[in-house]
Amino acid sequence: MSAPTSPAATESSAARVRRRLSGRAASIAAIVIAVVWTLPTFGLFVSSFRPEQEIKTTGWWTFFTDPSLTLANYRDVLFGTASQGQLASYFVNSFVITLPSTVFVVALAALAAYALAWMNFPGRDWIFLGVFALQIVPLQMSLVPLLSFFSEGVSIGGVQVLPAWELEGAFQFTTVWVAHTIFGLPLGVFLLHNFIAQLPRSLFEAARVDGAGHGVIFRRVVTPLIVPALMSLAIFQFLWVWNDLLVALIFAGGGVETAPLTVRLAEMAGTRGNEWQRLTAGAFVSMIVPLLVFFSLQRYFVRGLLAGSVKG
Amino acid sequence: MTTPARRRATIAASLPLLLLAGGCSYLSGESQGADPQSADCDAYEQWQGHDGTTVSIYASIRDQEAELLEESWSEFSSCTGIDIAYEGSGEFEAQIQVKVDGGNAPDLAFFPQPGLLARFAQSGDAIALPESVRANAESGWSEDWLNYATVDGELYGTPLGANVKSFVWYSPGLFSDNGYATPTTWDELIEISDAMVEDGIKPWCAGIESGDATGWPATDWVENIMLREHGPEVYDQWVDHEIPFDDPAVAEALDRVDSILRNPDYVNGGHGEVQSIATTSFQDAGTPILDRQCGMYLMGSFYAAQWPEGTTVAEDGDVYAFNLPPIQEEHGTPVLGGGEFIGAFADRPEVVAVQEYLSTVEYANSRASLGSWFSAHRDLDLDLLEAPTDRLGAETLRDSEAVFRFDGSDMMPASVGAGTFWRGMTNWINGDETEETLAYIEESWPSS
Repeated sequence: MSAPTSPAATESSAARVRRRLSGRAASIAAIVIAVVWTLPTFGLFVSSFRPEQEIKTTGWWTFFTDPSLTLANYRDVLFGTASQGQLASYFVNSFVITLPSTVFVVALAALAAYALAWMNFPGRDWIFLGVFALQIVPLQMSLVPLLSFFSEGVSIGGVQVLPAWELEGAFQFTTVWVAHTIFGLPLGVFLLHNFIAQLPRSLFEAARVDGAGHGVIFRRVVTPLIVPALMSLAIFQFLWVWNDLLVALIFAGGGVETAPLTVRLAEMAGTRGNEWQRLTAGAFVSMIVPLLVFFSLQRYFVRGLLAGSVKG
Repeated sequence: MTTPARRRATIAASLPLLLLAGGCSYLSGESQGADPQSADCDAYEQWQGHDGTTVSIYASIRDQEAELLEESWSEFSSCTGIDIAYEGSGEFEAQIQVKVDGGNAPDLAFFPQPGLLARFAQSGDAIALPESVRANAESGWSEDWLNYATVDGELYGTPLGANVKSFVWYSPGLFSDNGYATPTTWDELIEISDAMVEDGIKPWCAGIESGDATGWPATDWVENIMLREHGPEVYDQWVDHEIPFDDPAVAEALDRVDSILRNPDYVNGGHGEVQSIATTSFQDAGTPILDRQCGMYLMGSFYAAQWPEGTTVAEDGDVYAFNLPPIQEEHGTPVLGGGEFIGAFADRPEVVAVQEYLSTVEYANSRASLGSWFSAHRDLDLDLLEAPTDRLGAETLRDSEAVFRFDGSDMMPASVGAGTFWRGMTNWINGDETEETLAYIEESWPSS
């Protein structure tokens, strides 16, 4: 992302921005924004410990004048249904869906990005342009065709080209993995391409002089250098898949065998939505994992976002 | 990379494998089945012989009610060897379309909106009922009900559960202490309301706040009055848009609603002024009845579950209900309600077996015995209905004088029935003119 400006000009404008952003007024503004931003979540958190009747009749702030604590919402959410501990299986489903979807996207995107950036083959730029353009296609448009591809196969002019995927047992997850991978790849390829394309050409030339092929270069040279980028893509993809409801509803269904946590949470309010107080606790239960992932990987995340922009 | 980092990476890498293994062992849980030869299974003999088959069901019923549903057919399932894979989703209406378009339709679906089932019937996706199921349906349910699942003379669904939306909740204690009798005609209802005003009680309470769906309880008022004032034929014309929404008949009905809901002498018991109707949630609106601050509350039979814990819902208890009385005698006893219809997207033998079973009175009894449910089935065993209001609902539906009509807003195009009708009524409560409101809704009716 190097604009054709002289280094001095870039530095001075960057310095100016930095000076403005670290002033007192800017700090206060940042704090105010952060507080306003966090307040609803905090209110939800307080609500999750309040009794049902109070959640439904008064605002969360009344908690401070008239505190009454209960864990009933968490009990309902975690062990509420007749078959106790059911939430655990949805939790497992969420992991089983999320982890492979993340790994597939990161691995495939890295390989594709390397190929698009450093391998010369005809039509390379057009393919990259196509991948880039695919990002603007809303995934909702492809739900029905993709679902019919899975459940009916492909037939052209009445001739069955590909059979339907008749998946049983644990393989039922395959369709969700494939769907998430497909939906995640365009952004992944685009992000990693920008990273990999910026690695210095001399590195690759040196490696090639030493006799390394594309496989070795990718494994030994490129991968270690783009770890921060891989991590930030992984976090993005993990959070997106973990929080996803739409794709899971359509490709995983709502059964206890395949449905992730989000599907269960959506059901939790009951047929007529009269148990909506459970959603307060449910939201925090489902938030734990994304928070853990984010905090444990956040140093990569920040490094990944900044990498490329502040090199040298 | 330092050694601790590598060790951590190894742990991180093995985590998915562990979880995957856990998930797989979870999935391979054994299925226990009753002995098909045992005496318990005699009742299911005609459906046996489908061992190892699976029938998928998709519906909008979820959480606790879904568990009761699954329990209600568990014996059938273990005796016949047909595994019923039930899935309930709050996104049913949108998802069923995607599933059908994507070639992944469930075998059976429970439609709360007959209009949706009719659309699948017209597109050729839904399959008309086989002869045996049709016979069960015709002997079990009244024509009023079956008409809603009939498209071009073919029956596409059997009714499942039902609810009544013309219940008026009241406090039996308040009524007997003050000498009010439950009204059987509209005039009696108004007399009681006036008597309450004289006794210093606000006779009605109402609340139409319901999040995204704010306004729907007010549409139930209009539908109830339309049906009672002008009879089922005009009601059907109104719902099908054969008469415009701002027809004088509708204006007349809304004026009658006006005489209660926007009458400052009558509302809003326990909540405040007329405008408080718009901001009171329908869940909370009826509770002042318990404190005798409000006399009556029009709300569906499902409101029985909304009373605070410890409230006795019975004829001699804290609260009970009666069917909103008729206005014009010649229209019989109108009942407004709703329910689900079971539509089919497959006709494999095991699917037909499940369809047959779900259309029998034995199934209705099995579900009814588990509580908080009733159906419009003619032969449903009323003694199984533990909750008095479920029994009242079933009796109301079964009454030979009863004229049943489906909730109109569920039958109208969604942009009206779940959109402008709700919004229009909310604005009406807030003071819009009747004419203005009706014109607004009429204008929004989709032209096609």
